[in-house]
Amino acid sequence: MAWFEPKTEKTSIPPTKALWAVCPKCNSHFEKSVWKQNSGICPKCNYHGRLSARERIAQIADKGTFAEVFREVTYSDHLSFKDATGAYKDKVEATIAKCGENESIVMGTCRIDGHEVMLGVMDFSFMGGSLGTGTGERIARACEQAIAEKRPLVLFSASGGARMHEGILSLMQMSKTSAAIACVKEAGLPYISVLTDPTTGGVSASYAMLGDINITEPRSLIGFAGRRVIENTIRQKLPADFQSAEYLEKHGFIDKIVERSELKGFIAKMLGFWGF
Amino acid sequence: MTAFDRVKIARDPKRPHLKEFIKHVCSDFVELHGDRIVSDDRALVGGFGVIDGIKCLVLGHNKGSSVEENMEANFGMATPDGYRKAMRLAKLAEKFHVPVVTFVDTPGAYPGREAEERGQAEAIAKSLEVFSRLATPVVVVVTGEGGSGGALAIAVGDKVLMLENAIYSVISPEGCAGILWRDGSKAPEAAKALKITAKDLLRLKAIDEIVKEPEGGAQKDHAAAAAFVKKAVVKALKELSGKSVEKLLEERYAKIRSMGNFFPAAK
Repeated sequence: MAWFEPKTEKTSIPPTKALWAVCPKCNSHFEKSVWKQNSGICPKCNYHGRLSARERIAQIADKGTFAEVFREVTYSDHLSFKDATGAYKDKVEATIAKCGENESIVMGTCRIDGHEVMLGVMDFSFMGGSLGTGTGERIARACEQAIAEKRPLVLFSASGGARMHEGILSLMQMSKTSAAIACVKEAGLPYISVLTDPTTGGVSASYAMLGDINITEPRSLIGFAGRRVIENTIRQKLPADFQSAEYLEKHGFIDKIVERSELKGFIAKMLGFWGF
Repeated sequence: MTAFDRVKIARDPKRPHLKEFIKHVCSDFVELHGDRIVSDDRALVGGFGVIDGIKCLVLGHNKGSSVEENMEANFGMATPDGYRKAMRLAKLAEKFHVPVVTFVDTPGAYPGREAEERGQAEAIAKSLEVFSRLATPVVVVVTGEGGSGGALAIAVGDKVLMLENAIYSVISPEGCAGILWRDGSKAPEAAKALKITAKDLLRLKAIDEIVKEPEGGAQKDHAAAAAFVKKAVVKALKELSGKSVEKLLEERYAKIRSMGNFFPAAK
């Protein structure tokens, strides 16, 4: 009689995360290999998932042309910042050890379908892609090098906003990067901004929204204030597609939503239109 | 005095706000309305005025001193319409080479549905771009709360002054405490860690000068506080007035560019 038989040991189930990729937008489960083969795009809802900076560079830059610059610029703990969970320095050092990057943007020169550019790609896994003094400095240096070498500038954003652990000087990176971008434009060089999932806060409110063209991928989250902050302020539910790529395009802030597979060709085509 | 004591003073509703500063600092003032697109944002006010004989454009966040005033001014939280109005007026001042004086006092840009739909991020970004290259002198005074991007959008200039008890931060102490302490009530700790007082900002070279307040704070004596502000603004305007546009823009860029550059030069 089964009901008083001793309980058998549960067979050990492998941790789901090791095997499965879960789409954060539609919650569908796929084998990780399927997710990866599909370039990090959900096969069901076409959500364009997050890529590391290196994965993105591999997809965008012509093979073997990416030459990284400004690795000497990294984070700065000028406030010796500590919060309830510990010191900023320890957190950021752990991040560096884990993800291999030493700032939230990777910068370099490369070719895109033959077009010479200055390319910057943010990595969301580095402190939530936050804008720190090192990030801002890399962007400003990139703008200056782009002007000196007459290169178009292409920046891929992925960020939660300014890095509060670096205090007021992280906020000042918004004006610093915007001023540097303004100089790129004054020099008659194109700046293509690609806002990838997610681009919010101080990054969307500075260089990410200042592209000569602003483009994005399907279903990316783009906005200034967080959804919860807004819901708490206005005390009403927001539409389901609020702050999505499609919503931004509808309201006139995005030039085009481009599929990941077509992104490289699209950037090259636009540069070609403008004679670069 | 702790950093959080300053936060409380900076937010004191009895502190002088834009209306009071205009009354005491300007001998003449004509407000101009609207962004020419959708509305006239009452949270960000601008117009032409005269400060000690110098004609200038005055822009500022419009916080109120009473509930009614604050309802009208949306507690000084501007929408994209406000930033676009500020840019429109700034470009007008540039056209006639009239200097710009801004008064910064906001908890932050308004977080709302319409604000997002009309491009809050784009409006702030554009404002940073416009003010960083505006071909006329820009003097900024942080008078109360310098709340993040919503403050910075009108705080990019040639001279940034800050009142002794004002605060200026990348995030509100409450917001920071909520995220990094997982407890909004730890705001005093967050305020200390974030380094948001005028002295901190001067040390970090995020501002250029601290403006003294009357004994006990600006809220005790509006006229005296405004007199200190007026003196500092006039001094800054006179310093800047002799400079060519080229030099002005070059120096402004160098100043913005140097912020937070702790790093070695490129190899």
